[in-house]
Amino acid sequence: MSTSHPVTSPLTYVAVFLSLAVLTILTVVVAYYDFGFMNVVVALGIAVIKASLVVWFFMGVRYNTPLTRVVVVAGLFWLLIMFGLGMSDYLTRGWLGVPGR
Amino acid sequence: MTAPAGRHSYLDEPHGVAAWLLTRDHKRIAMLYLISITVFFALGGFFATLVRLELLTPQGDLLTPDLYNKAFTLHGIIMIFFFLVPAVPATLGNFFIPIMCGTKDLAFPRINLLSWYLYIIGGLMALAVVAMGGVDTGWTFYTPYSTHASATMVTLAAMAAFVAGFSSILTGFNFIVTVHRMRAPGLTWFRLPLFVWAHYATSLVMILGTPVVAITLVLVAAERTLGLGIFDPKLGGDPVLFQHLFWFYSHPAVYIMILPGMGVISEMVAAMSRKQVFGYSFVAFSSLAIAILGFLVWGHHLFMSSQSIYAGLVFSIITMLVAVPSAVKTFNWTATMYKGSISWESPTYWIIGFMGLFLIGGLTGLFLATMGLDVHLTDTYFVVAHFHYIMVGGNVMAFLGGLHFYWPKMTGRKYPETLGKVSAVLVFVGFNLTFFPQFVLGYMGMPRRYHAYPAEWQVLNVLSTGGAGILGIGYTLLFGYFVWSLFKGEVAERNPWGATGLEWQIPSPPPTFNFEQDPVVTEPAYNYKPRREVTVG
Amino acid sequence: MANAHDTTLAHGAVEAHGHDQAHAHHPKLQHHFYSMEQQLEASILGMWIFLVTEIMFFGGLFLAYIVYRTMYPEAWIAGSNHLNTYMGGGNTLVLICSSLTMVLAVRAAQVGSRTGQIVNLILTILFGSTFLVVKFFEYAEKFEHHLVPGPNFDPALPGPEQIFFALYFIMTGIHALHMVVGIGIMLVILRMAWKGTFTPEYYGPIEVSGLYWHFVDIVWIFLFPLLYLLGFHLGH
Repeated sequence: MSTSHPVTSPLTYVAVFLSLAVLTILTVVVAYYDFGFMNVVVALGIAVIKASLVVWFFMGVRYNTPLTRVVVVAGLFWLLIMFGLGMSDYLTRGWLGVPGR
Repeated sequence: MTAPAGRHSYLDEPHGVAAWLLTRDHKRIAMLYLISITVFFALGGFFATLVRLELLTPQGDLLTPDLYNKAFTLHGIIMIFFFLVPAVPATLGNFFIPIMCGTKDLAFPRINLLSWYLYIIGGLMALAVVAMGGVDTGWTFYTPYSTHASATMVTLAAMAAFVAGFSSILTGFNFIVTVHRMRAPGLTWFRLPLFVWAHYATSLVMILGTPVVAITLVLVAAERTLGLGIFDPKLGGDPVLFQHLFWFYSHPAVYIMILPGMGVISEMVAAMSRKQVFGYSFVAFSSLAIAILGFLVWGHHLFMSSQSIYAGLVFSIITMLVAVPSAVKTFNWTATMYKGSISWESPTYWIIGFMGLFLIGGLTGLFLATMGLDVHLTDTYFVVAHFHYIMVGGNVMAFLGGLHFYWPKMTGRKYPETLGKVSAVLVFVGFNLTFFPQFVLGYMGMPRRYHAYPAEWQVLNVLSTGGAGILGIGYTLLFGYFVWSLFKGEVAERNPWGATGLEWQIPSPPPTFNFEQDPVVTEPAYNYKPRREVTVG
Repeated sequence: MANAHDTTLAHGAVEAHGHDQAHAHHPKLQHHFYSMEQQLEASILGMWIFLVTEIMFFGGLFLAYIVYRTMYPEAWIAGSNHLNTYMGGGNTLVLICSSLTMVLAVRAAQVGSRTGQIVNLILTILFGSTFLVVKFFEYAEKFEHHLVPGPNFDPALPGPEQIFFALYFIMTGIHALHMVVGIGIMLVILRMAWKGTFTPEYYGPIEVSGLYWHFVDIVWIFLFPLLYLLGFHLGH
């Protein structure tokens, strides 16, 4: 009985690895310069791209079932719920002028 | 204890203690859990007894303030983490989900066993906490008291809850994979019993919520033991951040506690009314809606903290919304019973008890969701009564009703039917007597977690304690006849309730591998024949 | 791509199968599964669900980070400048290398190469260990400079900076704990690979262990810029 996961060429993996390495160096280089708040955006953006490469190629999500992909997305979505609603408190404190709220 | 002679069920073979402690059979694991949670229910009940005895008199005369703090804390920690969270899923869920899916076991049987061992380890840690002086922070572990001021076994208690939480994560993930990947041929999602939908939704909450309380408890332990303070106001830390992280899990946790009970109620209502559940797909989707919406409301526990009012507004509105799917279920169960062929056996009594008490509990939640009212009601006995109506009036009644309903299947024995009704009535009366006065007390302003109170509130407190006594009698009676039935109960047949479902087509108790021939499902769930079409002869 | 689920059956359901029907069982097929395919899919789904719990576990720490960074941006920049970006960056590259060798080990199992599995698993373990060694030196340096929160923390530094370091230690410490567990798992997998357990038909354990390993790498991919690279341009 064969499994349904095709075997990927090692060259693909090496290419992904090199991309990850380059992106790492890039993110350090960008940090040398002051782009204001764009520093955070770029740093996180690069991190998201790196993570996506790992998830898609190294973790094999490109060959996984739709259900598995939904699980991955759901996890990230829930994280965003926690950040979003949590920060909704911290970002709106003091708006009403009531002491301590 | 063996099943009636001549049967070869999961109870009989393989023999021996080792065969039970190293089992991979989901049914045996369910029974191991059943025994364990009963022990913790009794222990949690003991601490509740201490609390109620102290509250018989207005003065704090039975327990010192510190001991009283420990009593209600231990009551909460044990009841929530070691009873309510695992009660239905780890016993009835473990037992019936594979059978309802038409398969031999859960997806990961060894992980199922591991979850029980983790539960036991967490439980032993909790017992160590009790033996070593207890913990007094409240089950909510609020900082900075828990991290800086409390001189009790906070770290160990936090870690006990952590381990128990991990146990529940393993249960949840097993259910999700089983339901997705192991259903029998023909068993589409919309032919699944609602019990399975409810447990699936519960498992989503277990997976997504429990890790957050896990890290939060680790942070409390780190702050206490290593001085790694991130909730410390002296450093600029925010204690309310703890509350955000804690309640991000602990609110969805209440849905972990009630959803499985609702699943049991769905099964019992259909069987006792001999009728298809009204609005099956609405009930199924409402389980998912409760699970998802339940993650968006945690800030309603922070209304009286320094949480911003705007955030409070958002949380308040969504909390009102989460009541809707619960109401949908309640309406649908009622509509199922309407013009159903209701059989007044003991499970029906438990169902009716559940419906009334859950209704009151749920509606009073809306009072608390209203920020303006919450200013007055928060941290009073109104809140205590609200959550006990849902947790005990709702979940415990559903669990006990489910135990009655499924007892013949799980053990091959019947309990005494009359006593089944008696205990339901005793529990219902005792429960209302215990907790309804607490709504009044809370409305009048009696704070929770106080061991002394003004003398004019004594009458209500005495009623409440009296009710607790009746409740205790009801539970003890129940425990007694269930144990008795294991030895002397009438032998149960395959389908004592005449219910539909795969679980009622296999022997009572089931064989180890559940099905002789792997089932193929062709009918919808609850495929009861309409009354007029019953054929005779 | 081809998916083993027969779309004429209910999705997720399996083929009917009586016990009296004789068929060859792969020795590694557990009794409650019908096919190696189902077993592998269930294992992968299960591991991903577990990883979702890990996402939420670390997520709580990231929320704390976001909250305090919003409240104390200067303390965050100051704290970050105490961290050694080159060690952190180097460690990032080390983990990326380990992810490459990990996926090559899984591939080796898929094609039935025992040598490929063993070599790549050993490399993965070495890279992981290197990461931990570097972390050890980093922590030692912090200890010397009185940057470990608690009684020894440099009193001249403001409170919020102590919170930064508390989060730094907790986040990287819990990450390092996950690395240790990961290395432990890899040692077990290495032993199984040594014994030739994995074949093109059966490689579930190495695949799901690889998923765990890659996840721990991804956590670091986020930890590095968030902890080390803030205000780097200001300090250098």
